[in-house]
Amino acid sequence: MNKNFRLEIFKKASLCRNFEERVIENVNNKKITTPVYVSAGQEFIAATLSSICKKKKIKPLIFGQHRCHSTYLAFGGNIIKLIDELLGRESGCTKGKGGSASIHSKDINMFGHDGLMGSNGPIGVGACFATKKPTIIFLGDAAAEEDYVLGALGWASHKKLPILFIVEDNDLSILTKKSVRRNWNMKDVARSFKLEGHDIKDDPKEIEKHSNLFFKKPMLLNINTNRIYWHAGSGIDNKKTFDRFRNEKTKLGNQAIKIDEQYKINIKKLWKLQLEKQ
Amino acid sequence: MEITVRETIKKTVLKHLKEKNGLILGQCLSAVGWVGGTIPELTEKEGVIELSMADVANGGIVVGAGLSNRRPIYVIRYQGFNWFNAPIILNYACKSKELWNVPCPIFIRGIAMEGSIGPVAGSSHCSLYYRMPGVKIISPMTPKEYKLAYKSFMNEDEVYYVSEHRASYGNHKELNDFLSDDVDIIIFSISITRFEAQKVKETLEKENLKIAIANILWIKPFEIKDQWLRTLEKSKHGGIILDDDYESGVASDMAYQLMKLSSKKVEVMGLKNQSAGFSKKSDNLPPNEKEIIKKIREIIKKNVNYKNTL
Repeated sequence: MNKNFRLEIFKKASLCRNFEERVIENVNNKKITTPVYVSAGQEFIAATLSSICKKKKIKPLIFGQHRCHSTYLAFGGNIIKLIDELLGRESGCTKGKGGSASIHSKDINMFGHDGLMGSNGPIGVGACFATKKPTIIFLGDAAAEEDYVLGALGWASHKKLPILFIVEDNDLSILTKKSVRRNWNMKDVARSFKLEGHDIKDDPKEIEKHSNLFFKKPMLLNINTNRIYWHAGSGIDNKKTFDRFRNEKTKLGNQAIKIDEQYKINIKKLWKLQLEKQ
Repeated sequence: MEITVRETIKKTVLKHLKEKNGLILGQCLSAVGWVGGTIPELTEKEGVIELSMADVANGGIVVGAGLSNRRPIYVIRYQGFNWFNAPIILNYACKSKELWNVPCPIFIRGIAMEGSIGPVAGSSHCSLYYRMPGVKIISPMTPKEYKLAYKSFMNEDEVYYVSEHRASYGNHKELNDFLSDDVDIIIFSISITRFEAQKVKETLEKENLKIAIANILWIKPFEIKDQWLRTLEKSKHGGIILDDDYESGVASDMAYQLMKLSSKKVEVMGLKNQSAGFSKKSDNLPPNEKEIIKKIREIIKKNVNYKNTL
């Protein structure tokens, strides 16, 4: 992966991370009063996938899960509308009705989530089947366990759909670890359904490695990642959690630091402006 | 020769696939009988889509097809299968327009049948849908009514639950209301009980009882005609709702609505509060002519006794 592409991915990740930091700030100072599902720590998944899609000139149908701020932002969703959504305003991307978990945007082909974990699995498969358009379905490692997700994987494989299942695997269902819930992994499940299945880290290079087959055949990537904040809200479970964002920033050096500083300033301004409208 | 409900459904589906770029999805569609002869014998390329046996996922797959504006027809061969099929339809398709301004029109063909077919497969289960927002429910029992259901669906962008009954497939007659200002009781009947209501009227009128009949086609929104209310209000002994779902669902709610709009009592008769099994002994069937007549006699007797005490 060349450095420019890596920086492009970092830019998107920085946009997402700085957005989420402001969300946390505004939850703590009670400007946001509804539940939030912050995606900080997981942003490199959406940032990398959206950069790959852009490079391939593909505008996929996107079926996000409840923890979807980064998905929305990385794929080009309007940031002001997301701020407004979290503030419960009619000018929000879901008219203030969806809140953090049901982000929707016709502009970027992103379909809202109904709160039934994993329902976006079969829904995305149905939309992909009916339109034959490239489709990405984002699931958490817990949502992926839903029986109807497994049924949908099987049918997507049978119909050879141009679909990419992304399991954002942070190893936690609220706070219950995967090892408590199951003794199998999604890669094996995918392969047993004859899907292309891989278990990888949220390192952009690892994700990119599989991109040649994106939308050419049904594929599932179980991407191991980390959730920095609580399942819902602004608390931190473990301060020692590996942070891909910090790691990439260090690796990429000054250019990344500058990008991040600029995003920090710009996003702070945007939030301030929107909050002043209240 | 007059066309039956079965032929009407088959023609409707064919038109939907050939002229409207539609889809029909379901389990075992092409199995023996093609769902009681209601599905044209076409291929997947032509829009007949065989789903796997994963019921819950299938409901979601149909929702996805609905979002793509292919206006899928979804066949649920036994209405009780909705316990598995309905969750994603009700939680996504029915909310999508209101929450995200994205319509998700789906024409759900929920099919009822009766008789020794167990705890899940028998009867209608509209009440599962009835209590949720964002869905319209219609129960056509005649060719004209079926055409109306489809036409309404195509003119709107709503989720339609179409409560069918296999016993109506052979029917080619229209079922008319009988309304008058001078009746003993008015029967409001739903689905397959509408045929039974006709028999009850004939039998009781031989005993000089005057029976009105209101055929309930639109279940949600419940379309209460002015003439029905007038007949109910002027009736001697009020009304009775007949349903082939459990009494505590749609029928009770309709009775409540009718009683709010009138000064008369409306009773309810539907499936008994018991589980059905796979034998004649353990069937839980919709009210039949004999049972309905018995109930009407009880209502009249109770009402007369009550009036005598005043």
